[in-house]
Amino acid sequence: MPVAQLTAIDYVTMAVYFAVVLGIGWALRRRMRTSTDFLVSGRSLPPWVTGLAFLSANLGAQEVIGMGASGAKYGIATSHFYWVGAIPAMVFVGIFMMPFYYGSRARSVPEYLKLRFDEKTRTLNAISFAAMTVFSSGVSMYAMGKLLNLLLGWNFDTSVIVSAAIVLAYVLLGGLTSAIYNEVLQFFMIVFGFAPLAWIGLRTVGGWDGLTAKLSAAAVTQGLPAGSYTHAWQGMGSAATNPIGVEWFGLVMGLGFVLSFGYWCTDFLVVQRAMAADSMTAARRTPLIAAVPKMLFPFLVILPGMIALALSVSTGPGQGMIPAKLAADGAPLLNAAGRVVLDYDMATPMMLVSLFPNGLLGLGLTALIASFMSGMAGNVTAFNTVWTYDIYQTHIRRGASDAHYLWMGRAATVGGIALSVAAAYVAGAFNNIMDFLQLVFAFVNAPLFATFALGMFWRRSTGHGAFSGLVSGIAAAALHHGLTLAAGSVPGVKGGYFAVLATYPSELAQTFWTAIVAFSTCLAVTIVVSLFTRPRPDEELRGLVYSLTARPVDKTKRWIERPAVLAIGVLAMTLLLNLIFA
Amino acid sequence: MSQVGGLDLRYPIGGLFLVLGLILTAYGAATGANAEMYARATGVNVNLWWGVVMLAFGAFMWGMAVRAGRRDSGARTGSGPGSDHS
Repeated sequence: MPVAQLTAIDYVTMAVYFAVVLGIGWALRRRMRTSTDFLVSGRSLPPWVTGLAFLSANLGAQEVIGMGASGAKYGIATSHFYWVGAIPAMVFVGIFMMPFYYGSRARSVPEYLKLRFDEKTRTLNAISFAAMTVFSSGVSMYAMGKLLNLLLGWNFDTSVIVSAAIVLAYVLLGGLTSAIYNEVLQFFMIVFGFAPLAWIGLRTVGGWDGLTAKLSAAAVTQGLPAGSYTHAWQGMGSAATNPIGVEWFGLVMGLGFVLSFGYWCTDFLVVQRAMAADSMTAARRTPLIAAVPKMLFPFLVILPGMIALALSVSTGPGQGMIPAKLAADGAPLLNAAGRVVLDYDMATPMMLVSLFPNGLLGLGLTALIASFMSGMAGNVTAFNTVWTYDIYQTHIRRGASDAHYLWMGRAATVGGIALSVAAAYVAGAFNNIMDFLQLVFAFVNAPLFATFALGMFWRRSTGHGAFSGLVSGIAAAALHHGLTLAAGSVPGVKGGYFAVLATYPSELAQTFWTAIVAFSTCLAVTIVVSLFTRPRPDEELRGLVYSLTARPVDKTKRWIERPAVLAIGVLAMTLLLNLIFA
Repeated sequence: MSQVGGLDLRYPIGGLFLVLGLILTAYGAATGANAEMYARATGVNVNLWWGVVMLAFGAFMWGMAVRAGRRDSGARTGSGPGSDHS
């Protein structure tokens, strides 16, 4: 039985939003004349647009729901994923790496690897990236279909097919520009759809003081110090005294450095947004502009989860705002210790349907659906570019006319969406395959930042070095994961499949240390192999390596718009937030 | 500067939130007497208040677009940088 009942007013809100989404695609259709218009927006967008899209491409529904779930599980410590695990990397990519991505005239991140290293490094990156985008877009579609079925009783197939058709329509019509415009629209929808949740939620629990009191009680029952859920840094000295089960070094190195720099600095899905900017300065400002709302997002997406936890304190397990996970027979699922397993992913959606009256409910749900769809569109627009330029043009058909590649870009859009829909059904049928694939992609991504950092900042690094570093980094990640296990897990997809040599206090700690091992291995192997192989001559590396590239000159009207000034401001604000919620 | 092929993104954003804000405000005003409906939202008529906030945001975005459009057409009559959009 569905949890929420929509009325006419809610459907009107949804209809208005989707009319505007399709209208944007329609308005842009005449602009798509060349493959670069369609796939890379012809480098024409202003920085506030690319900046909000940069943020929004990452703000899929999985982020909104997942961060709410983590808020309910870990409390305010979840903000580490923003203030440690995102902002510093966003500043770094804007200030130090964008000059090479944008300045090299590469059309994609894999293409930069081709210019800097060689074809095999690019192909490895392109194929794994293309597979990953299709897979994550499928997982996102599956999650949406399941959630809408649970909340509203909508038919799973209809939800998936209709949302795929809408995304297909606006991407086919307006290409990357249309996807980016709709991501900006979705950004505002998320803000306006979720801000009332934090507002009404805080009123429900008696303000920040009421929330702190209730969460202290929750922490004590979990055997943690009273302030654990409302202080981000207090218990980080040891893994045993904080809800996430990681000590500060693993957190800062694993999440703050390896994982976060690996994602924000090398993932084409986000970097593509900055590469669509209209000038070098605009491209460099893109992640910096994105960082400002990003640092405030914990209040939008984590707070509802924390409030859901507070509203579940005085009720029996699984009776409060966070429902219990159900076993196949419909009874609450119990863990090995006999306690009810909670379905944390439902924290934010349940808050939405319990606190919003009809009217606002339609707005909130539209925001949620919008973020699922723009996540899909983001993946598809990254996929069609990598497929067309890095795989098709490189390995299948070289030297064709641009009209042919434009056609291929459109065909890849259709193909990418069809594959995503297929992946959504695979996710529904074989949960284990999806867990396994997610694991493989985590291994593939973990060492990436070492490759890019060496490529951009050490001119001696070579193509053979980069390739062997990447391959051994991936192998090291798999090996480390296969030899360790998190406390409470059983050997299998969670690790320990070779042997269990070491045990981590939590799954997050295991993930962070797997990343650290992969990064260090890739770094070491790339350096050693590079020293034994022949470097490319300096003149081939101009514009691709830091020491051989002129410093970008910023042409801005006002000093406050300069990337360096913005960067310092962003870092100072982030430090302040960390101190306030320490 | 913020135009691509004659579409300033601030128009659709402004338009969307003007329409959504109007719908919510009107609905909130019409259902304001229904205390039971707003009990779940701690008794606040969130539809009305949030509708007004969205209206204000929509009007702001629309206004920015109009202002930029005027400035752009002013620049286009000369040989200013705005002319490369034609």
